[in-house]
Amino acid sequence: MPPELLRMIIAAVLVVSFVFLNAMVLGYMERKVSAHIQRRPGLMEVGPHGVLQLIIDGLKLIGKQLVVPEGSNKFLFRLAPLLSFAPCVLPFVVIPFSRKLQIVSMDVSLIFILAMTSINVVAILVAGWASNNKYSLFGTFRSVAQAVSYEIPMLLSLLSIILMTSTFSLQGIIAAQKYYWFILVQPLAFIIYFISGLAETNRAPFDLPEAESELTAGFHTEYSGMGFSFFFLAEYANMFTVCSIATILFLGGWKGIPLPLGDFTGIVWFMLKVYGLLFVMIWARWTYPRVRFDQLMSFCWKYLIPFALANLLITAVVVKLI
Amino acid sequence: METAQLNLEPATDIQHDNRYYLNMGPQHPSTHGVLRVLLEMDGEYILDPQPVLGYGHRMHEKMAEHKNWMAFMPNTGRMDYAAALPYNHGFVSLFERLCGIEVPERAEYIRVITSELNRLVSHHLWLGAFLLDLGAFTPILYTFIDREKVLDILEDITGSRLTYCYFRVGGVCKDIDDKFVTRTREFIKYQRERFDVYNKLVTGNIIFLKRVEGVGVISKDMALRYGVTGPVARGSGINYDVRKNEPYSVYPRFDFEIPLGENGDSLDRYMVRLNEMEQSLRIIEQALDQLPAGPFLGKVPKKLKMPVGDSSFAVEAARGELTYYMVSGGGDIPYRLKIRVPSYSNLSILPELGQGILLSDLVTAMGSLDLVIPEIDR
Repeated sequence: MPPELLRMIIAAVLVVSFVFLNAMVLGYMERKVSAHIQRRPGLMEVGPHGVLQLIIDGLKLIGKQLVVPEGSNKFLFRLAPLLSFAPCVLPFVVIPFSRKLQIVSMDVSLIFILAMTSINVVAILVAGWASNNKYSLFGTFRSVAQAVSYEIPMLLSLLSIILMTSTFSLQGIIAAQKYYWFILVQPLAFIIYFISGLAETNRAPFDLPEAESELTAGFHTEYSGMGFSFFFLAEYANMFTVCSIATILFLGGWKGIPLPLGDFTGIVWFMLKVYGLLFVMIWARWTYPRVRFDQLMSFCWKYLIPFALANLLITAVVVKLI
Repeated sequence: METAQLNLEPATDIQHDNRYYLNMGPQHPSTHGVLRVLLEMDGEYILDPQPVLGYGHRMHEKMAEHKNWMAFMPNTGRMDYAAALPYNHGFVSLFERLCGIEVPERAEYIRVITSELNRLVSHHLWLGAFLLDLGAFTPILYTFIDREKVLDILEDITGSRLTYCYFRVGGVCKDIDDKFVTRTREFIKYQRERFDVYNKLVTGNIIFLKRVEGVGVISKDMALRYGVTGPVARGSGINYDVRKNEPYSVYPRFDFEIPLGENGDSLDRYMVRLNEMEQSLRIIEQALDQLPAGPFLGKVPKKLKMPVGDSSFAVEAARGELTYYMVSGGGDIPYRLKIRVPSYSNLSILPELGQGILLSDLVTAMGSLDLVIPEIDR
């Protein structure tokens, strides 16, 4: 077996296990953080402080039947969870977890990640359409409109960083933050990116596609068992991707104060920063009410995009002058 | 104030091929019970919401025609499960009025204190559920902490936490003790501090304000036409509260205000209810100060001999005016009992309220009406 192929297989296994592990850690974190925000103990039953609860939940979901509703498009209905899950795994291939830990180093890794995360919209569209349920369809329409709109300010805010570094390579961008993090010079871009990221991953206060008080569960209303858990995994994987891009582009990636951990220092710093941002996402979700759909759209088109454009213009002028 | 409103004008002459029906309920998470609303929709805009009732109908009024007052008492606690004591209150007072039964003063004070505590419980529940409708999950757990405290106090005295059967014709079934008085006083102090938490968590939140301001506007005229009562009517600026306008029990002895809104939108109804909680605390405080000694249950014959005739009694329940009307043919069993529940008229405003608004706004508007379905389907 050629060594390159072996390397790819190991990488694939690692990436998929990381996605599962991330969903477990994040699921536990979300439930524990929400519990503490709401003054209750949260998970306590399975294992010490409920750490094994998510494993039990996973086993339960695997054991459940995937109910395919009457009148749905059976092929598309089964396809959608996979279509949602598969592209979410791919960004992990190019994310630099530390100086050395990166499976493939591409010159266009940032574009690759953005392209992969965009496929999720198609999966949601397929899921909502195939379910043959009006509530699912509602969720889908909202989700697609929201994802497509918020991709614009997201990309615009990232472009200002690209202008400064003139590279799409993630390691290159981290290397460019040798003396200071880009959040110091681009705070507006960071805020715009983070808000758009919340909207892209359908997180509160922009969780309209799955607004449970209006649409029960949005596009995955009809999914059960592993069908649902694939969407769940994809959501958490996407959250991780969004936060890792924010970490790499604005917070210096794996760079940090040297710790006596050798090569692991980078990974520790990277994970700390990413999970710090994920904590903010969870915090926002359990504190704020949900915005209305027209407010969501007008916020994007009237505030985020003009500010992102202005930010890009100023960055371009400053970069040109320097 | 930004509102989303569909222009309904062209609906008469343009062929609307995009219209479709959406069935909201009876198991929808934001209808709080078994209410079904049939929505005729165009995109996300609602053209015509029609409530469909009857999923929880238990024939309470018919049951009353076969039972004496004591046998019907538990039924009164099962109509509005969120605030059952005013239902107890109205029902026993109806018999007292018809038969001319004197109620000891202490019993009246106990009735007022427990009813107001129950109103607080109901508003706690509403506050949490309303915010849940808006997508904020956390406030309900905060209000439920406070709600539990009141329920514990009430449980000690009445023996139940939700479906009370505490009042009796001629008084109440169990006297309150010093422990109750101290605990209630402690709770009043605690609850006053909690309002700051509510305001920080909810009232000052920009997303919350954007979601409720100008949403579900009920004009004064509209409120009068549909006969809505309670906080919904007061949110529209109608100064009507049975406790003031048609005083019963010992309410005239207390100094309290009726909070009013101006615009009649969801925010006004929210503010009215929040202020009402404060006013309830004031009433309880004064009642505890003035609490007289004496018997808690007057002398009432075992088998009530009602005169032939009719009688009606209105109380201010947590959701508005609750009226019992009874026709008696003599004996101890009513010939007919009619119950006018506040939520029924408050719901009847929904088809007009929901025209041309977004689905999300309908959920907000319905939440701000504070509907309890079992009292509509009684």
